[in-house]
Amino acid sequence: MKPIDQARNALAFLEDDTHEHAFDQLIWGLRERRDAAAREVPEWEQLRTLASEIKEHTLSNLARYLELFEARAKRNGVQVHWARDAHEHNQIVYDILSSHNVEWLVKSKSMLTEECDTRAFLGQRGIEVAETDLGERIQQLDDEPPSHIVGPAFQKTPQDVADLFHRVYGSDPNRPDPVYLAQVMREQTRPLILDAQAGMTGANFAVAETGAVVTVTNEGNADLSANVPKLLICSVGIEKVIPGVEQLAVFIRLLTRSATGERITQYTSHFAAPRMGGEMHIVLVDNGRSQRLADERFWPSLKCIRCGACMNTCPVYRRSGGLSYGSTYMGPIGIITMPSVDIHRHSELPYASTINGSCSNVCPVQINIHEQIYEWREVMGAKGEFSATKKAAMKVADKLLSNPRAYRVAAEAGGSALGVLPRFAIYNRLNAWGRRREIPSPAEETFHQWYARNRTGAAQPPETPAETTEAKAVDDERA
Amino acid sequence: MSVREDILTAIREHHPPPRELPEVPDFHRATDNSLSDLFSRALARLDGKTVAEPPTDLQMWLTETFPDAGRICSAVPELEGTVTPAEFSDWAAPADVDVTVVRTPLGVAETGSVLVTEKELEVNTIVVLAQHLVVLLDPADLVENIHDAYHHPSFQQAAYAALLSGPSGSADIGGKTVHPAQGVTTLTVILSPRPASEAIPEGATR
Repeated sequence: MKPIDQARNALAFLEDDTHEHAFDQLIWGLRERRDAAAREVPEWEQLRTLASEIKEHTLSNLARYLELFEARAKRNGVQVHWARDAHEHNQIVYDILSSHNVEWLVKSKSMLTEECDTRAFLGQRGIEVAETDLGERIQQLDDEPPSHIVGPAFQKTPQDVADLFHRVYGSDPNRPDPVYLAQVMREQTRPLILDAQAGMTGANFAVAETGAVVTVTNEGNADLSANVPKLLICSVGIEKVIPGVEQLAVFIRLLTRSATGERITQYTSHFAAPRMGGEMHIVLVDNGRSQRLADERFWPSLKCIRCGACMNTCPVYRRSGGLSYGSTYMGPIGIITMPSVDIHRHSELPYASTINGSCSNVCPVQINIHEQIYEWREVMGAKGEFSATKKAAMKVADKLLSNPRAYRVAAEAGGSALGVLPRFAIYNRLNAWGRRREIPSPAEETFHQWYARNRTGAAQPPETPAETTEAKAVDDERA
Repeated sequence: MSVREDILTAIREHHPPPRELPEVPDFHRATDNSLSDLFSRALARLDGKTVAEPPTDLQMWLTETFPDAGRICSAVPELEGTVTPAEFSDWAAPADVDVTVVRTPLGVAETGSVLVTEKELEVNTIVVLAQHLVVLLDPADLVENIHDAYHHPSFQQAAYAALLSGPSGSADIGGKTVHPAQGVTTLTVILSPRPASEAIPEGATR
């Protein structure tokens, strides 16, 4: 399969200014609310450090905590299953459902089941799955994957949703009013929930001490999906386990504040045992996680608690939309997790970043995201996973950057060229920076030209290390 | 080798270097505000309401507050209601409930949350399927923050424990929160001391 061209995919999103502007505003608003929420908590940075240390401790003892979790869950009367990959997960879920003759099931949002493409797997075998999270259901109805891990439909405007609901439900297309649209969804989805033969949820956390699966939602849909039917299946990534409720408190305080700027979600729910007269299953899924744990550079990405803060702060994500990444996880966290799933397919993703470090600064579990993005670029380079355009550009850059004189000539020529080149020469397919963006007007002179004009004959610039090639080149030029 | 052993072995072979589990402080903060004040302000952020003075006649308050409510599910001895949780054999049945009234064993000032478990609810869905939810909270059951909250025995014992912090909502369309989503339309917490006869619960049991 060809590598995903994130930059080209983003063009489709940028075609329409309404979407670009609305999305950017919405997503940046989340980032601003996150900042306000963090400022309100004096111990915020201490909580981030604690959260990071707890996750690192757990991941360095992961086998033991998984065994503890399993033992406690079994003691609670829960049936625990293990799946090495997506297919095994889907097969286990299918076997449970078919042994109960389930044809109809409701599900709350779970990135893991997106990862496993569970809905399609079950659908092909005659089991219909209805998403009950509003955003996830919108994406399901429109046959699109999530564009954001917290708000799957953030890339759609209210008018898009009004049109979609009109198409699917026959509701009023001229009422792009979120209150009305949420009401339409409630009326349509409630009967599905009440009639469901089984429920599925994901997990934000799995608590080893108590065996509980914890879900964090605003809508109450996880509580309904888990409680109304007698059969419950929870899909849990193995990295979601944490030691106990004392540690859970740290994550609960960080998660929603980082995601939306609220202190907590409306429903923080702990499912430890089957409901009265019911049956509860937990499927623990590896799907590449143990392999990532083995990589000394990239294992810290397993600390992720799926808040989406790194996406919200990322200028590339905000300006290109989540679908452009063509992957289950998008934005900075997607860039550092997806290549370990399929390196060739995701070989271009590490370049969808300015490496400004903002993602690492907002991450509630202190993942060094931007450093990992850089390291993935090194991996792609070493493995020859470079597109032809990038290879050519890198070759030129290599020549220029290793020869100061050539660099200076190129910089001066480049500056002058930008001023006189016709638009088609700058804004073309080969220059990703010229797509949907005006290149800034060039400076009238380069720094070296300015320096030569103002300081010739003056003392050595104090900050210039005398022994570097660059400094020597300056001397050479003067001589 | 079983799948389970396969996964656990792969993990054991690749554990990162061991790291200590840090102590989590209680993060208590000095404040001039009462826990009740902090609670009601936090709950208001997610559009939950607090009634600070308990009504002398709960029945009358309910009739005035929800004039159209026909079906009232009461899980508290203070109120008669029209149906009790025990009467629902099917957990989808509470969908026709207009108002559920329940008492919480725990309130959290930091987040405006109230705890419910199967012990208070009997039928867990009465708290999500009803149109409106009214929760009685004894101010003596308030704790300062989430760290305190997780000391409550329910989190060790309950099959189902939910911290409710507002009426169900969604910001999935356009990023602005609207109510309701799939759960209750309104959440009202009445600060109401437990009747003297009622013992403080030891926490839910399964």
